[in-house]
Amino acid sequence: MTPVSESTPPLIDAHAHFLHAKCGRSDWKDVNAARFRAGARMGITCHVASILGTHGFSSPTYFPSPRDATLGNDAMLALCESEGDRVRMLVTVNPNYTTHALEEIERCVSRKGGAVGVKLLASRRADDPLLDPICELAAKQRLPILHHIWQHRRREWPSQEISDGADLARLARRHPGVTFILAHIGGGGDYLHTFAAIRDMKNIVADTSGSGVDRGMLDEAVGALGSRRLLWGCDLTMETGLAKLRALENTGLSSDEDVQDIRWRNAARVFGLRLPEAESRSREPAVR
Amino acid sequence: MIDVNALIGPYPYRFIPHPDPEVLERVLEREGLSGAWVGHLPSAFYRDPSAGNAQLYTGLQAYSAKLRPVPTIRPDWPNWEGALKVAHDAGAPAVRAYPAQWQLGVGDAGMSELAVACGEARLALMLTTRFEDVRQRHPLDVAGDLQAAAVRALARAGDRVRLIVTTAGREFIEEVHWGLTPEEQRRVVWDFSWVWGPPEDHLAKLFRAMGSDRFVYGTQWPLRLTQNPRANLDLLPDDLANANLADPERLFG
Repeated sequence: MTPVSESTPPLIDAHAHFLHAKCGRSDWKDVNAARFRAGARMGITCHVASILGTHGFSSPTYFPSPRDATLGNDAMLALCESEGDRVRMLVTVNPNYTTHALEEIERCVSRKGGAVGVKLLASRRADDPLLDPICELAAKQRLPILHHIWQHRRREWPSQEISDGADLARLARRHPGVTFILAHIGGGGDYLHTFAAIRDMKNIVADTSGSGVDRGMLDEAVGALGSRRLLWGCDLTMETGLAKLRALENTGLSSDEDVQDIRWRNAARVFGLRLPEAESRSREPAVR
Repeated sequence: MIDVNALIGPYPYRFIPHPDPEVLERVLEREGLSGAWVGHLPSAFYRDPSAGNAQLYTGLQAYSAKLRPVPTIRPDWPNWEGALKVAHDAGAPAVRAYPAQWQLGVGDAGMSELAVACGEARLALMLTTRFEDVRQRHPLDVAGDLQAAAVRALARAGDRVRLIVTTAGREFIEEVHWGLTPEEQRRVVWDFSWVWGPPEDHLAKLFRAMGSDRFVYGTQWPLRLTQNPRANLDLLPDDLANANLADPERLFG
């Protein structure tokens, strides 16, 4: 693959995860190291990441207990401190515990190098009123919210109270001052339904992560949302992230400028990241 | 490098852009691939795949330097043996079968007969684990994934059997591989288009445990991005940087 050099444009993974010692996996350090190894090879400048409680070890991944959410957030804060600009964090909260969620957001944002956004899983449907106080705080703190999404839920699925693009659109309509990131268009489900559901909700952007690499998915995403509303990301499969990046860059699907928006400019703007080349763009208002 | 898992023709459950041989040829050029073994996508869903095979042979004629036909043969259809002879005479390197779509269960005698007959004709039998992620399938698409037990049964059907199993994930591959004798394992190669790379590094773990020479290069174009398997190879850890894949042209020695 083409070596990464100083002239390679920035690349921000808007949807990454790390593990920690209390996730019940003896290989947790290897998994984290593999993300950095692959990230370096791909030229990832910054991993915008969250830790989902204990990833199912002592409470369910998508319904983390307050204690586990705090454990994960503490591990993310430590990673941010040790890795500097290479890692930025999203604070993970469970909206069923309103007081804890709000305190946790305040705690993680107040730390130097702390949270640049909020991560919501599938602990409560996206349009549930319990999400409103979290969104109000996010608006006050100017934090985007990355919301785990199932692309078109046609039924309930086990282990999650899953939301889809239509659910998120109802929440986004109630909170026009918040930028919502619809997670992983390649993360399973019918992304075509998603694009139709959020096309007109300008305060929703989408990340391209997920294991799905369907041909046509990126074409439809660019067509429906435009390059200014797409954030590049990997989630749990970095090879699919690289494949999508190459598809964007090498197939004529997007212009060079559009590719730079998707590679990093949009993420820098949404998360308020200050990368050298992002300076001029980061002052622009988030997509609203 | 050859892409063993390419297809032409439309997919019944969603639109896919230009699934045509002339486009495939351009994609191979762009991706630096020397050729492809090409199936006919709609044939998986036809009751009688004969017409689809005819379309495949005709459609690839102008591209025969790079694209080789992999016709579909249904062993519960009359005169499948004749279709196999046509495939052999047409220079097909393999044939495709879809037991899940045809509701042919694990241990189906017809599938075993087909696997053995393919081996006798020095044709690989290609099996598809899935076309799409289970989470996005159309409500009418109720076939389900290929079962690992079905692959094990076919690998045990005879010593000349050669199977190419596409779009399986790590757990499926491991369940089959470690459920076979070393001799039976050598009858199966895997397309890694649906195996996860970093950070979980499933592909690296499989290469280390089974040997990279149990794997072949496949993309599942036009359903999935051609760039994916190449990206997976490019992100392997350093100790696997020179891992050699199996040569699909040499499955029979």
